[in-house]
Amino acid sequence: MAEGKIKKVSIGVSKGSIEGVYPGLIMANGARMEGIEANLFFTFFGLDAIVKARMGRIAVSTVGNPGMYFPPKGGIRVPTLMGMLPGMQAFATWFFRKKMDKLDIPPVPEFVEMCHDAGVRFYACKATVDMFGYKKEDFCPQVEAIINVGTFYEKAAGGEIIFT
Amino acid sequence: MATKSIGGRTVNVDEEGFMTDPAEWSKEVGEAIAKEEGIALTDRHWNVITFMQAETKKNGEPPTIRAMNKSGVVTTKELYELFPGGPAKKAAKIAGLKKPAGCV
Repeated sequence: MAEGKIKKVSIGVSKGSIEGVYPGLIMANGARMEGIEANLFFTFFGLDAIVKARMGRIAVSTVGNPGMYFPPKGGIRVPTLMGMLPGMQAFATWFFRKKMDKLDIPPVPEFVEMCHDAGVRFYACKATVDMFGYKKEDFCPQVEAIINVGTFYEKAAGGEIIFT
Repeated sequence: MATKSIGGRTVNVDEEGFMTDPAEWSKEVGEAIAKEEGIALTDRHWNVITFMQAETKKNGEPPTIRAMNKSGVVTTKELYELFPGGPAKKAAKIAGLKKPAGCV
């Protein structure tokens, strides 16, 4: 084992797409699997992952995404104009969800519950909560508190901070 | 490959102490590894260990935490309580299985 083992991480999630939300959840859950303390701090569109009415609707964007190939490995790049067609985003999201389920990566609502059961602590960013007009009751029950940036740094004290 | 003397026998292990031959595992070896990890095994622990061994035999890989939760054998919360500080890894080690390779 390398010296200076990581003991604590605080991860900021600012994007509300599949690739914006999952890395934070996987890293936080993975931290707990290694016995590392983990905080998740959601801000801007990342809030969608913990808003009850939206957490089940996290999608992958097929527009303006130069990494969008079909099939994902070795396929042809999906032109933005094609990505705009009705149903394309839903199809791509369904496709990735199916792949993830095979790897036992759960849908967002279940993943949030799993992370919380594993001991990950969930926080929402006060500035963006106010900006979007959310209330505490709009969030899933795993969210411990709506906190400002100063409190975030207090919670993150003594650990690593990762922003995604 | 390294060997390790534990629970009254010598077993093959990888560099992180995971056993490489499930046939060398016995309940006594499991007890001894658990003791090294600071865990006193109860019936609840044994339920998890037995389930993990059976699943690994079936699939070639230790089950994920999600799969264990879904199976009804142990909830995620309880798994973390039973094997504090790295449940999937510690339980696999005690069960004489290889280190879980997945990210979740």
